[in-house]
Amino acid sequence: MKPDPFRIQHVWKETKDTFSVELTDLQPRRPFLFCPGQFNMVYVYGVGEIPISISGDPSDSRHVIHTTRAVGVVTKALQTLRRGDVVGIRGPFGSPWPVAEAEGSDVVIVAGGIGLAPLRPVLYRIIERREKYGSVVLLYGARTPADILFRKELERLRSRLDIDVHVTVDRALVQWRGNVGVVSAMIARGGFDPQSTVAMLCGPEIMMRFSVAELTKKGISDDSIYVSLERNMKCGCGLCGHCQLQKYFICKDGPVFPYVNVSNAMAIREL
Amino acid sequence: MENLVSIISEHPIFNGLEHRYLDLLVGCASNIRFDAGDSLFREGEDATKCYLIRNGDVSLSIHHPPKGFMTIQTIGAGEIIGWSWLFPPYRWHYDARAIQLTRAIALDGTCLRRKCDENHDFGYELMKRFAVLLEQRMQAMRLQLLDVYAEA
Repeated sequence: MKPDPFRIQHVWKETKDTFSVELTDLQPRRPFLFCPGQFNMVYVYGVGEIPISISGDPSDSRHVIHTTRAVGVVTKALQTLRRGDVVGIRGPFGSPWPVAEAEGSDVVIVAGGIGLAPLRPVLYRIIERREKYGSVVLLYGARTPADILFRKELERLRSRLDIDVHVTVDRALVQWRGNVGVVSAMIARGGFDPQSTVAMLCGPEIMMRFSVAELTKKGISDDSIYVSLERNMKCGCGLCGHCQLQKYFICKDGPVFPYVNVSNAMAIREL
Repeated sequence: MENLVSIISEHPIFNGLEHRYLDLLVGCASNIRFDAGDSLFREGEDATKCYLIRNGDVSLSIHHPPKGFMTIQTIGAGEIIGWSWLFPPYRWHYDARAIQLTRAIALDGTCLRRKCDENHDFGYELMKRFAVLLEQRMQAMRLQLLDVYAEA
């Protein structure tokens, strides 16, 4: 439960309200290994501790990258830290995306806003072992063109010939020549075999609900759809109960869930 | 003519339409292409057609002073633009412009309305399909209005 000290190597802005931070272990006893979808509890000394998804390359065991929005006391304090400052890290925690299980299948990744951050490690893993997957489709939605996360990386991904990248925004001035519309509407474009596809979704829950409906309409079965939930995680290890969702603890049994396991709970408004 | 029948029958909105109704549709249909930057129609103009997009992308935009023109939606292959031809006073409520080379089937709205008046069964089939389109667009619009990516 005690946080390990990690030194900040770099803090950089991604969009107007989102930033990334790169950390290295101050006392590297062993490589930092994580699976795509997992998160750390990040402790800003004297301020507080929050769960943040790991957004970096799982093959890089020396550098830990987190991407988050600066919306609360802890994240705003984290954003002001500089190279050489130290934060506390507990983790990695949580269940990962089914990247290995998806081998041999087509993969559809649907991300909205900051939801692309916990899915970026999936993309790194798939690119590393590209021959093991069928068609790979990334559908990403953002608020406006200025809010597109990891834009240069998305442009590089798109320039590959073996991954379909589709980006859409909710609103734009007419100078934007890209797509305008909700990300769930792009699912109808296909590019994958519904009978043999694993879908991974992360973003606002309403975006995930609409996207699941479209994926289901396209013929993808519920048990091939995975969602990442973020609700009230506090301790990160299933002890405090804050993140309990029916019989699950999101921090321990999630945050990645097969949709069939949580579809009922997600529909209950009081939870 | 036969080629237009097969093209229209393959379009998602007309999937499963009976052949006798496809023949009626084809009588109002023509092939059309727009180069990148071409205008399909402008706000306020008579809404005489709807367009089944075969390939390419079209942006729908609206003038919103003082921000200027804002794109409200992008319509791509397999989708359809335009239902203003269905409702009086049959005028467009936004601009549509091809973002890239776009091929489409144009359906003449006046012709379609006349055939719907003459054949109510055909009219009902058409309205059912356009009702689905309206419902999909409204759901998407509601989701856009929610601004779900804004700061919580």
